[in-house]
Amino acid sequence: MIEIHDLHKYFGSLHVLKGIDLNVKKGEVLSVIGASGSGKSTLLYCINGLEPVQQGKVVVDGTDVHAKGTDINKLRQQLGMVFQQWNSFPHLTALENVALAPKIVKGKSKSEAREIAAQQLKHVGLGDKLDVYPSALSGGQQQRLAIARALAMEPEYMLFDEATSALDPELVGEVLETMRMLAEEGMTMICVTHEMGFARDVSDRVAFFHQGVMEEIGPPEQIFGNPQSEHTQKFLANVR
Amino acid sequence: MEPTISFFSGFAPKDLLFLGEAALRTMWISILSISIGTVLGVVFGWVLYEGKWAAALTVAPILDVFRSVPLIIQLVLFYNFAPIIGLNLDPFASGVVILTIYTASLVASVARGGIEAVDAPMRRAARSLGMSYWQDLRYVVLPIGGRAVFPAWVGVALGVMKDSALVSVLGYVELLKASQILITRTQEPFLILSIAGAFYFALSYPISRYAASLERKWAQ
Repeated sequence: MIEIHDLHKYFGSLHVLKGIDLNVKKGEVLSVIGASGSGKSTLLYCINGLEPVQQGKVVVDGTDVHAKGTDINKLRQQLGMVFQQWNSFPHLTALENVALAPKIVKGKSKSEAREIAAQQLKHVGLGDKLDVYPSALSGGQQQRLAIARALAMEPEYMLFDEATSALDPELVGEVLETMRMLAEEGMTMICVTHEMGFARDVSDRVAFFHQGVMEEIGPPEQIFGNPQSEHTQKFLANVR
Repeated sequence: MEPTISFFSGFAPKDLLFLGEAALRTMWISILSISIGTVLGVVFGWVLYEGKWAAALTVAPILDVFRSVPLIIQLVLFYNFAPIIGLNLDPFASGVVILTIYTASLVASVARGGIEAVDAPMRRAARSLGMSYWQDLRYVVLPIGGRAVFPAWVGVALGVMKDSALVSVLGYVELLKASQILITRTQEPFLILSIAGAFYFALSYPISRYAASLERKWAQ
């Protein structure tokens, strides 16, 4: 379970997150929507400790992410993350991209790591691209590679930071399909997304962020069908 | 009539051997300085990248001095003044010390550029997989940044190899000094400098060819 209590985040004097309270249970799929700059990506960065926080805390399976004694590198193995930019390691083949972290972080043997990698690449539909370098893959394939790379660490949670925003429109579908598959397999996911269709169809809950505040959270039927907050109504009217 | 004593004699085959040995010395002093200097330079480059203002006040100005003062002046100054602080180094050791520092000062900027070539999102992605700071440096920044600045590093290495000729002013008999000795004896500067030039070429050409083939391989 991911527990977020009264989380505040500042970039200098800019107050980006203004007291977020949020719990995400195992097996749940949460979509986070909202305008750019509303703090939704920053929330993900705070959850896996890529950004420090100024007040409040994030607790993942009982471990305080931002506490002094926390082994953040160990904790991050539980929190797979996929970014807007896929960030494939250009000097490694698809297989090596995925096998690297299991090998050096988890200390798996080379053959074991490669086996895991091959398995995860097949999982995301890249079984025929094992020995291909990222430069020969499309954006959608590279993003699926990034998903496989995160999955190879066998995380309990997956964080998606606008995973389809940088893709050409015709490549968005294959990545959403992969995310949908993970959701169906029961992966716990927090998806910051602009894909309203995905948020509506796949999520258990949808959270709407507005200027650093979580304005509204609820089942997709409520958020999309009967939004309570004025800001949510306005936002949804504009994206439709 | 008594035969006059000849101070001059023509170029003989054994002189080629003499030049060849000198070329090996050039190679040896270059390999030592470039490899130690590169390791130091990478460390300095990392300090420049991570150290921010602290590095800007300490390491950066020192490296600037070594980068900016002509090598020949550094060599003569160091060779003549090191004994004052109790360092009695022979020309070879003095040459290695100065060439190493000189290489390090050049490689430092190259290395910093290499680290900067790996953008923040890439490094965040590596860290998000659970890699430590050092694992990220070793497995992501080093190979990606290293490839980005490899051509610049090859330029530095070849430059230092040729600049090692300046160690001749300390009396170390490397390729250039050997050529001067032979020119004095044979009075055939054109021939001997051509041969010396050919040796320098033979030392650097394989390196640049090998570098080019590596770059081609990485570009795939």
